[in-house]
Amino acid sequence: MARISGIDLPKEKRVVIGLTYIFGIGLTSSKNILREASVDESIRVKDLSNDDVAKIRAIIIKSYRVEGVLRTEVTMNIKRLMDIGCYRGLRHRRGLPVRGQRTHTNARTRRGRRAGISGGRK
Amino acid sequence: MPRSVKKGPYIDEKLLSRIQEMNNSNQKKVLKTWARRSTITPDFVGHTLAIHNGNKFIPVFISENMVGHKLGEFSPTRTFRGHRATEKSSKVR
Repeated sequence: MARISGIDLPKEKRVVIGLTYIFGIGLTSSKNILREASVDESIRVKDLSNDDVAKIRAIIIKSYRVEGVLRTEVTMNIKRLMDIGCYRGLRHRRGLPVRGQRTHTNARTRRGRRAGISGGRK
Repeated sequence: MPRSVKKGPYIDEKLLSRIQEMNNSNQKKVLKTWARRSTITPDFVGHTLAIHNGNKFIPVFISENMVGHKLGEFSPTRTFRGHRATEKSSKVR
């Protein structure tokens, strides 16, 4: 049972993929971690030795910001933008796209489900 | 794409010299400025600048967090209150 930095333990997957279940670790950092720990990428998580797990855990603690810490950092960054009242902050406040995308159409991810007259299918 | 580091930040020279003058003589006035493209440097902190938005001057108090942003970011140029709800045209095909 591999439990690294909090609540994560997908068992039947290869380690490279398994590590990406940690918030803040994607494929690239996952590969880098495994290279540094000299663990083979394609072992299943359940087959990891305790040693390997310890090594991986140490590397993550040493050089990565993950899960809770990362999440707070991201929200703090957004909060900072909103507090200083700059353009990006205003866009965050209004829930509109921040990076200059068009809003006449699309932008549905930021703006949420369509409101107004439901066109509806005929 | 961000500005090349080699060039350093763009700071409006006239504005900077006016601010340094105020720093030296320890006075605080609201400065009107059109230099929206100028980066905010630590010198600016604590001053209030009236930043032009193309129509009028928006007074902005510069705080420490704002260093590194551009002046224009704090003086919105558009009044946008949402698009009108989808109209007839897109209602039915």
